[in-house]
Amino acid sequence: MAGLGTKGFVLPGKTSNVKVILNGGQIVTYLRPDGYFSFQNIPAGTHLIEVAAIGYFFSPVRVDVSARNPGKVQAALTENRRGLSELVLEPLRDEQYYEIREPFSIMSVVKSPMGLMVGFMLVVVFLMPKLVENMDPEEMRRAQEEMRNQGVPSLASLLPGGGRN
Amino acid sequence: HQQYIGKVKQAVFHTHKTGRKRVVASTEQNIIATLDLRSGEIFWRHVLGPNDVVDGIDIALGKYVITLSSGGSILRAWNLPDGQMVWESSLHGPKHSKSLLLTTNLIIEKDNALIVFSNGRLNAVSCIDGEVLWKKDFEEESLEVQQVIQPPGSDFIYVVGFAASSQFQMYKINAKNGELLKHESTAFSGRSQQTPVSNLLEDSPGLAVIIHSSVTGIFAIKTDAATIFIRVIGEGKLEVVEKTNHETVVSDALSISEGQQAFALVQHAGSNIHLTVKPAHDWDSNLLKESIKMDQQRGFVHKVFINNYIRTDRSHGFRALIVMEDHSLLLLQQGAIVWSREDGLASIIDVTTSELPVEKAGVSVAKVELNLFEWLKGHVLKLKGTLMLATPEDIAAIQYMRLKSSEKSKMTRDHNGFRKLLIALTRAGKLFALHTGDGRIVWSHLLQSLHKSESCRQPIGLNLHQWQVPHHHALDENPSVLVVGRCGPSSDALGVLSLVDSYTGKEFSSLRLVHSVAQVIPLPYTDSTEQRLHLLIDADKHAHLYPKTHEAIDIFQSEFSNVYWYSVDDDNGIIKGYALKTKCSGNVADEFCFDSRELWSIVLPSESEKIITTATRKLNEAVHTQAKLIADQDVMYKYISSNLLFVATVAPKASGEIGSVTPEESWLVVYLIDTVTGRVLHRMTHHGSQGPVQAVLSENWVVYHYFNLRAHRYEMSVIEIYDQSRADNKDVWKLVVGNHNLTSPVSSYSRAEVITKSQSYFFTHSLKAIAVTLTVKGITSKQLLIGTIGDQVLALDKRFLDPRRSVNPTQAEREEGIIPLTDSLPIIPQV
Repeated sequence: MAGLGTKGFVLPGKTSNVKVILNGGQIVTYLRPDGYFSFQNIPAGTHLIEVAAIGYFFSPVRVDVSARNPGKVQAALTENRRGLSELVLEPLRDEQYYEIREPFSIMSVVKSPMGLMVGFMLVVVFLMPKLVENMDPEEMRRAQEEMRNQGVPSLASLLPGGGRN
Repeated sequence: HQQYIGKVKQAVFHTHKTGRKRVVASTEQNIIATLDLRSGEIFWRHVLGPNDVVDGIDIALGKYVITLSSGGSILRAWNLPDGQMVWESSLHGPKHSKSLLLTTNLIIEKDNALIVFSNGRLNAVSCIDGEVLWKKDFEEESLEVQQVIQPPGSDFIYVVGFAASSQFQMYKINAKNGELLKHESTAFSGRSQQTPVSNLLEDSPGLAVIIHSSVTGIFAIKTDAATIFIRVIGEGKLEVVEKTNHETVVSDALSISEGQQAFALVQHAGSNIHLTVKPAHDWDSNLLKESIKMDQQRGFVHKVFINNYIRTDRSHGFRALIVMEDHSLLLLQQGAIVWSREDGLASIIDVTTSELPVEKAGVSVAKVELNLFEWLKGHVLKLKGTLMLATPEDIAAIQYMRLKSSEKSKMTRDHNGFRKLLIALTRAGKLFALHTGDGRIVWSHLLQSLHKSESCRQPIGLNLHQWQVPHHHALDENPSVLVVGRCGPSSDALGVLSLVDSYTGKEFSSLRLVHSVAQVIPLPYTDSTEQRLHLLIDADKHAHLYPKTHEAIDIFQSEFSNVYWYSVDDDNGIIKGYALKTKCSGNVADEFCFDSRELWSIVLPSESEKIITTATRKLNEAVHTQAKLIADQDVMYKYISSNLLFVATVAPKASGEIGSVTPEESWLVVYLIDTVTGRVLHRMTHHGSQGPVQAVLSENWVVYHYFNLRAHRYEMSVIEIYDQSRADNKDVWKLVVGNHNLTSPVSSYSRAEVITKSQSYFFTHSLKAIAVTLTVKGITSKQLLIGTIGDQVLALDKRFLDPRRSVNPTQAEREEGIIPLTDSLPIIPQV
């Protein structure tokens, strides 16, 4: 079969550790500093090019090398079946290896147990006196006497109009 | 995270300028790496493809590393500091030949050039951009170029070599354009005085091998008993210079000053090695003679490379980089080992895990109180660290202490079973034990049984099995592993066994077998000392029982009729199942040897199917739930049988590389076979698909990965197999009152009705390996560990590969947690 070369171009950041792999490991080549790579003597047919670069996700590219016109190459991404007019490979996305730390948000502080306790305390501090405000001064005095006698205020005595002994 | 480079083939030093001193090495694993000479750390390394064997390596212009690989077809230049490839050019030639790479100070039109002889053609390549400046073909058939010499200050080069008819050829070529100026050839009519080499050898029998070395005027012959150095004096006269009785290795010549060359000799003597550097013209004087203590576990020296430096008193000092038998790399300088690298771990054959010792209570407390001074010093250092008063050495000491006492690197078991010892068998015949906490080497042992000797010429390690895992009865004993190897490359070669203690690394038993080893089958029976019984099947299909004790025979006899095994013949496409018959027929009365009879065989049609992959369950896997609850309060019972075999076959035309056939010509057929009865439980065909297939079988499912030619993408498929015969037991009343067969054990003797479900998905990456995670209590869901071709590991939840996924799951299915069906498997890092 006539052999032809395939040239292409890859665009990640640091080019020294990027490998371009043909057909699942049959041939491995590296990138030049300007991002170019080439495979020599590829027989005609359909082949698969994958790029291995840490930190980026490249879609494998299906390359059809035509037998009749040497040098003519068609390429298509396998992930989204987009055709490529020239063999320029870009990463589809960055790979996330770590879980992203959730950004700081006020709601998360409020929803946490500490926030809930603080919220409940605030409610009690502001709302409870409002409940007690409606009582007469007499009732308040009686409640205070009871408290001095009993030591523990019962809920019934706190309610307005209730707990007369 | 550790990186290794493998057994070094060639090394070039780069120590001219001030600054980092490096050595560039190429290894048998097709790796090019730059190491720091001070510490042995890797600056950069590149792993070339599996067929890209490195033929030559050199440094040009002080800043480019030039490599010639793939049989002389690919020439690459790499930037020395960071490993970035600068240019790559491919050289073609008319015929196949040995390749030679030479960097001379050739300047052609202000361009530094390299001379490369590859594939029968001489090329001059520019150093800057890899352009081929000129090419020269030689009319002489099968010319082997040995040397290219450029006389200083001239415009031409001499190319000398041998042609097939043992004629010595010399070509004079114009360096600027490759034009041939002169051609001379002389035939070897014989030297004027032929001193037969056999006279010199006298009483040393055995094979004599000439050691290749580039030292002029001296060559060495190695026999089994000794190494003899012979000098060429005058017209073809040979003179024995020295005869050494030990293993000796010679390095290449190094030119230390104008016209002077030196070379190094390394010899073993007991537990020391002697390094001697001699000038090339004068055998009797020594430029350097050192003796260094060497660990016996490394074996003999295989290669040595030397480099010189100028000491402060203007004399020559030498440093030597040596490659040992266990593939480790050491640097010797000034009588001591400066650093060493265990590069045998680059070629691991088999790995098994071993438990660490149980923690004995009360030890840690006592140890702290013993070293009160150490403890005080440690606290002072930590205090200094927090107060920012620590010097860099103090910080290093604090880090070291923290690492040593951290939970991860303790030498005892932990509660969840994560800390273990990984025992790895490497190609060099050395066993390493690595700690899973921090990856350090706990012990390493060069196996005597896999050592090259007269009785075992080419030892090859095969696999590792767990021999003794003490549980209940024998808790005082240490666990041990069995190492199986063979003494030659063919499968008929005799086998060797070794038993190694996993805690200390001592080889306490080694056997040379009288039969070959075709398969090793660990049996599920153990004797009273918790040694697992193993059956070794040899090439004649006889089974040998190990350990050879009476107790083992008794245990085995009681389970004699339940032992079955199978063999897969890849070349003929036949899978056969065997059972044991009687004791071996034959002359030797050996009660540990058994004959086998063939029970069943499956013959796959070889015109249409060729076996490429098989997979079975891991032996120590436990299935936690027999039943699988599905939606609508329904139950399906898993068909769990430990005798399942998964076989994948492809069309014979499609067994090459991917993309080499059209989709119409290739198909992939997968089988699930029960290995006791030979019953094919399931068979499925994928049209238009091709290998390579990576598969993993666990519980009642099989996941396999292959290449779909029609869509030109990789695919993963899952097959799950369920037991229909127990499916009548869904009624509660029947469970409580009636008779049910749920508790009956799964047995291959009964013909169970099975149904299977399967599904396929697209997958982006190509794989090198696939495995499944284990869970102790059955709580964590299983994940598939996938090793991609970019050397990354992906953990994919098994729920993505559930054959019951559908595009629109019903409410009940959604409750169960079935993920809606998509055509490709997503890789979500957070999940």
